[in-house]
Amino acid sequence: MMNTYALETENVTKTYQSESGVINAVDEVSLQVKPGEFVALVGPSGSGKTTMLSILAALLKPTSGKVILDGQDLAAMNEKDRVAMRRNKIGFTFQANNLVPYLSAVENVELMLRLNGRLDKTGKIRSRELLARLGLAERLHNLPGQMSGGQQQRVAIARAMIHNPSLVLADEPTASLDTERAYQVVETFAGLIHEQNRAGIMVTHDLRMCEYVDRVFQMRDGKLVQIYSTKSEIMELVKGRHD
Amino acid sequence: MKQIIQISGFLALKEIWRNRSRFLLVSLVIALITLLVLFIAALGEGLGNGNREYISKLDAELITYQSKSDFLIAASRLSKDRLAAIRRVDGVADVGMLGTANATLILPGDVEPLKVALLGVQPGHTGEPAVVQGQQLGTDLSDEVIIDKNTALRSDLQIGENLTIRVTQGTKDEFYTLRIVGISDGQQYSLQPSVFVPFYAWDRIKPKSEAEINSSNPVANVILVKLIDPEAIEEVSANIAAQVNNVETATLKEAIQALPGYSAQQSTLNLQGGFTLFIGVLVIGGFFQIQILQKVAQIGVLKAIGTANPIIAMASILQIVVVTMVGVAIGGFMTFLFSLSFPPTVPIVFNGTTTAVAIIALLMIGPLSGLVSTRYAVRIEPLKALGLS
Ligand SMILES: Nc1ncnc2c1ncn2[C@@H]1O[C@H](COP(=O)(O)OP(=O)(O)O)[C@@H](O)[C@H]1O
Ligand SMILES: [Mg+2]
Repeated sequence: MMNTYALETENVTKTYQSESGVINAVDEVSLQVKPGEFVALVGPSGSGKTTMLSILAALLKPTSGKVILDGQDLAAMNEKDRVAMRRNKIGFTFQANNLVPYLSAVENVELMLRLNGRLDKTGKIRSRELLARLGLAERLHNLPGQMSGGQQQRVAIARAMIHNPSLVLADEPTASLDTERAYQVVETFAGLIHEQNRAGIMVTHDLRMCEYVDRVFQMRDGKLVQIYSTKSEIMELVKGRHD
Repeated sequence: MKQIIQISGFLALKEIWRNRSRFLLVSLVIALITLLVLFIAALGEGLGNGNREYISKLDAELITYQSKSDFLIAASRLSKDRLAAIRRVDGVADVGMLGTANATLILPGDVEPLKVALLGVQPGHTGEPAVVQGQQLGTDLSDEVIIDKNTALRSDLQIGENLTIRVTQGTKDEFYTLRIVGISDGQQYSLQPSVFVPFYAWDRIKPKSEAEINSSNPVANVILVKLIDPEAIEEVSANIAAQVNNVETATLKEAIQALPGYSAQQSTLNLQGGFTLFIGVLVIGGFFQIQILQKVAQIGVLKAIGTANPIIAMASILQIVVVTMVGVAIGGFMTFLFSLSFPPTVPIVFNGTTTAVAIIALLMIGPLSGLVSTRYAVRIEPLKALGLS
């Protein structure tokens, strides 16, 4: 059968040994994300969001289970192949220290193409266009240190999408931003994901940011406990609690 | 591979350029270390050369000493009959007596007397240096001298001029006047410029103790031996040992090592040079290690977005190599500028080989000291980018 999902996990479990015994940081999580779909991963602190994101990002091997990205199982790959997947199928934004500090905005974005051996004239033009689109036309040659947190996050978004990855992951992209900027960043992000038909996953503490996503996965104690799929369910979540 | 070098080169150079003042500072430290190492090497070369120059330029393969003299030229005594005996040994092409002594040149005007090595050699035989200007010595008895370039430089004496030597014989100072017929290239001996006189003239004017004044039998210190086949050193030296009584032979290399103070001086300077290089390793290694510790998050990000480890490692090495090369280049240039301001009397010699070895050693300290930080960089977990362990 045709694979309709960009990303699909099957009973993903990550177990840590600690002094107090065995912890299932992620416990039997199965989820699917389609191309063009933007989802949020929410849950209280310690619920396993970061661990799950690391597994989806091919940064961490699950203890058991499958992580199928574009038909390939990340969990079964060796480190070298996972590095290659991160480079050409996955895009990232991190909470902090997102950008390479000694590269300008446009160089940071181009780096993704460079790493893939695909930095040509078109690539350079596209990098500049994407940054301009994110409102950074005046900032192309600024170093990260010369930009605000919101501008840096937007550069990171451009970097996460310039190489046409199948999966775009964002860890707390709004953590260091004020509310207005946070809305702006997530809105642009959602727009790009829909438009370019990527699968997007955002980890967030801030339930208000779920306004822009198509579905919300809620985790607790490592388990996927709830999925909010309809607009009304999501809006209820957004308005209900602010944690 | 090409791509690894391209990307790592891009990252390494961008980082250096955007932090150029910090990297330049490290390069300057390396430049100072380079200056120090090159000067120590040049001093070693200069002092060593001052000690061995005459011996190392000899057109001879073996030096014959009195037995049990421990290869100390000044302590060895060989009379004329040894010369005849050695000449008869198979494989010997030429022999020459060498007598060494210290003397003082009295210079005209207010100039300070110049201490020189007074070397007695046999005209036309091995041991007499080739002149670069003027003529070789005439006969064994003539009152002629060849002075080496260093003597000429320091005394301002010219060919055809007379030179006055002061020596102490018994309890009296004696003065001898000799005519300069030739100037040789540098031929220092025992850290002094040299004056070459015919052997019998040397025997007459050399400083003597009260007892020696009345003895008439001329005695050399050592006998220089030139071989028919320079390869046959071992064979001929065995022949000499078998056929001539009370002598021992050394190759030029062994003779140089046995020069008083030579080995100790060279090993001291080598130790100093080595120690300076070691300090360089610690300084550069320390800098890059601290820098890597500050860069953990950023390297984590690079790895997380799919930068392969060989690129990270190569970028780290390239950076160290560039910083070291810039430092060594600046240091080399500084050394060159300094060396121009040194008077010729300072025993500093920039010999091509020695300098090249020092520079290679200096260029190696970067990569060597960077091994630890590079290894550390490669081991950084990409999860660091997510703020995880
Ligand atoms: N490397 C690790 N070693 C041991 N326990 C870990 C490790 N990483 C995470 N955990 C544990 O797994 C659980 C989930 O952590 P995490 O994924 O960071 O949650 P969240 O991001 O939702 O706050 C927590 O109980 C945490 O202590
Ligand atoms: Mg977390």
